Amino acid sequence: MLLSVRDLSIRFGPVEPVSGLSFDLDRGQIIGLVGESGSGKSLTAMAVAGLLPLVGGRIAEGRILFDGTDLARLPEAGLRAYRGRRIGVVTQNPMTALDPAQRIGEQVEVVARLHRGLSRQEAHQATIELLTALRIPEAGAICDAYPHQLSGGMKQRIVIAMALAGEPDLLIADEPTTALDVTVQAQIIHLLGQLVRERGLGLMLITHDMGVVAQVCDQVAVLYAGRLAETRDAPGLFAHPRHPYTAALIDCIPREGMAPGSLTGIPGAVPSAASYSTGCRFHDRCPRMLDRCRTEVPPLVARPEGGSLACHNPMGPT
Amino acid sequence: MLSYLIRRLLLLVPVFLAVSAVIFLILHLIPGDPVDNLLRVGSSPAQRAEIEARYGLDRPLVVQYGIWLGDVLRGDLGTSIVTRRPVSQLIGLALPESLKLGGFALLLSSVGGILLGVIAARMRDRWPDRLIMGGVLLGSTLPSFWIGLLLILLFSVQLGWFPVSGARGWDSLVLPVITIGIGGIALVARVTRVAMIDTAGRDFVLLLHAKGLPPERILWRHVLRHAMIPVVTILALRIGWVLGGAVTVEYVFARPGLGSTLIKALNQHDYPVVQACLLMLAIAVLLGTLLGDILQAAMDPRIRESIA
Amino acid sequence: MSLARTLSPLIRAVRSPMGAAAGLWVLLIVALAILAPVVAPYAYDAQSLPDSFQPPSAAHWLGTDEFGRDLLTRLIYGARTSLSVSVTSIALSVFAGMVLGAAAGYVGGAFDRAVTIVVDLSWSFPEILIALILVAIIGPGVTGTMVAIGVAYLAQFTRLTRAQILALRSETYIEAARSLGAGGGFILFRHLLPNALAPVLVAGMLATGDAIILEATLGFFGLGAQPPLPSWGSMMSSGSALLFKAPWIIILPGLAVAITVVAINLFGDALIRALDIKTRLREA
Repeated sequence: MLLSVRDLSIRFGPVEPVSGLSFDLDRGQIIGLVGESGSGKSLTAMAVAGLLPLVGGRIAEGRILFDGTDLARLPEAGLRAYRGRRIGVVTQNPMTALDPAQRIGEQVEVVARLHRGLSRQEAHQATIELLTALRIPEAGAICDAYPHQLSGGMKQRIVIAMALAGEPDLLIADEPTTALDVTVQAQIIHLLGQLVRERGLGLMLITHDMGVVAQVCDQVAVLYAGRLAETRDAPGLFAHPRHPYTAALIDCIPREGMAPGSLTGIPGAVPSAASYSTGCRFHDRCPRMLDRCRTEVPPLVARPEGGSLACHNPMGPT
Repeated sequence: MLSYLIRRLLLLVPVFLAVSAVIFLILHLIPGDPVDNLLRVGSSPAQRAEIEARYGLDRPLVVQYGIWLGDVLRGDLGTSIVTRRPVSQLIGLALPESLKLGGFALLLSSVGGILLGVIAARMRDRWPDRLIMGGVLLGSTLPSFWIGLLLILLFSVQLGWFPVSGARGWDSLVLPVITIGIGGIALVARVTRVAMIDTAGRDFVLLLHAKGLPPERILWRHVLRHAMIPVVTILALRIGWVLGGAVTVEYVFARPGLGSTLIKALNQHDYPVVQACLLMLAIAVLLGTLLGDILQAAMDPRIRESIA
Repeated sequence: MSLARTLSPLIRAVRSPMGAAAGLWVLLIVALAILAPVVAPYAYDAQSLPDSFQPPSAAHWLGTDEFGRDLLTRLIYGARTSLSVSVTSIALSVFAGMVLGAAAGYVGGAFDRAVTIVVDLSWSFPEILIALILVAIIGPGVTGTMVAIGVAYLAQFTRLTRAQILALRSETYIEAARSLGAGGGFILFRHLLPNALAPVLVAGMLATGDAIILEATLGFFGLGAQPPLPSWGSMMSSGSALLFKAPWIIILPGLAVAITVVAINLFGDALIRALDIKTRLREA
């Protein structure tokens, strides 16, 4: 197993936006972490990437086993050996992800020089090859450009190139397409999927879009308000969602033949981490709520068909 | 870049005209007849007529301004009423002294302020930050002439390390530079700290960490570089301020310079000298803003492009 | 604005020990300034040459100056002069700046551009220079100093008010008032100005600290309050000639300026935090 997260809890001062999260990821596999904003999926990504202290959070409990090493226990200096080198990160907004005052080439090359010990020239060569592999035309000219001269989709490819330049084993992509045009979104998702298969990477894909998950993910972990609602292999999950929240998310995907504007959103909003209610955190938005959902936290239970589920009143059996 | 420079310089022309017009008008705003204000008490009618003819004082204001501006542009700043010497000569003596003092003060303010600002930002909310910000508050609120006097009291009188006043040797520069520098360091440190904290919270910095770059390298090569954009702007804008701050400090330390010349001329009602000093300070301010714009463009490729 | 709404930021501001101490000091100085004739032990111009240059004693708590005048008395009266000059001049400046800034921000167009150019230009000049020019034109003394300081800070308040008005103009409730048929004057005085008030007043308070320094500097140049009326600046001016003989004459008023200005700044900062207007102050 490449990555194995066990009972992860994240704290920001007195609030605990993420509690008891567990999931696994193998090489050559894509796991989708799905949920609305505020579900804690981005914080989970930050925790795995070792960036949590930079935004003021800390890992309160649990383990993040990466290739057998528990990243949750590594000090900052130890984490640096993983960041960029073995774990690459792609962030949400390519518009703000690049240093606006540095040429594209340097921003990618530095990773190769730092982590792979390449010379300036070798790194430049490797960068050109990498950009070409990511289907960036005229890689040489792009290297000399500044970020503001590129389109959003092109910038996101550069961010992906930066993440890949250290030849990492794990790629974490946090909403890599939210800020992009729909056509470009599809290209980037396709590209990420291809990279995983070709290079045998593990990819942790953070998204709120079940449509994206359906396109490329092998495994899915559905998060709600900092807790796991349901995990399963993607085909099984889409065929037979059992948590009402999962079903609601799937219903949000626009489908062919659907009347325009009939998209069913989920009424209500994710509670903020400072005001989590008792019981199941989804209960006040749930169409299948029982009395006990208000008071008892549903435990996360392994299911015979694989994956796990935390619900007192799950949907139809499989 | 060159065409930008030229355009930026051309832009200064109307601004310079406006400022110089205000300075020209001072002579007409003060109580009394402008001719009297340009003459020593007890001058002969012939001298009076000469002055009137020289400045065209019987003609419309616009024409007078034209004559005055023409003279100024040819380097003729008029004649001092008190010393009867050409004002350009006085300025020629005062300007280098002020530039020397202002230059070193600016250097001290930038280096010291940036260093303290970076330390404060890195140690945010810990004791070094609190200490520095406390010092910044003091440095920006203590009157500079008072600091100067205390420094004289301590280092010149008690310890005898530096001369009390004057501008003979390099050692006479130390205390005045520190006096101006304390206010300057406080200002620069405050701006640097805020800019560093703002920049450090930006997306691309997080991604630099994610790339595994050493924190020191991120700090000095990336964060500091972006944080410097507002700092440089403030510094450039404050060139005039440093020279103006020199007014007090030159007076306290009895140094020659634009500031002390200005104060003396004000007290003696020597208006041609007052106008010339103000003009020099105004030009310094304008060049400062120009320098700020250019440095900004040099540091930020987006600005560079938008003006190319 | 109800009384409770006006007072609550003040109460929150003094809740921190720093804010409380600063507020207390400001209060003390203001009280001393107002009550100077009552609390001062001597008359400020009571000379007594045999008592000159006395160190602190039971009769003269802070000693005497070169004319044997009681320094504590002169410090208290100095506070009266320095505070009244700086508060008056900043009040004038705030008022004029709000009128100009509101007019520029509300009317817009060529008038706004003209105001902006003049304000930007004068803003890049150090206040001390602007004040010196004005004192030169008007003549030294308390009135000259007041006008000079007032004009020197005019640009700051015009700028700030204009920025506030521009920011507020586009907000929904203003649009709503407009769509309900409210007139320009009504909107300006009923909605825009009251909302722009808090940041401008806090900036005015902070500027009062700067004005105290400016007054002291002008006084130090001999251009402020004329003898025998003491101000902190003029006390230092006469003291500077005696720097080597009786340094305390200059150190005491300097300390008074320094502590008061620091206190005003700390209290102002606490108020900014309590009112939560930091970003609005920075915009301008």
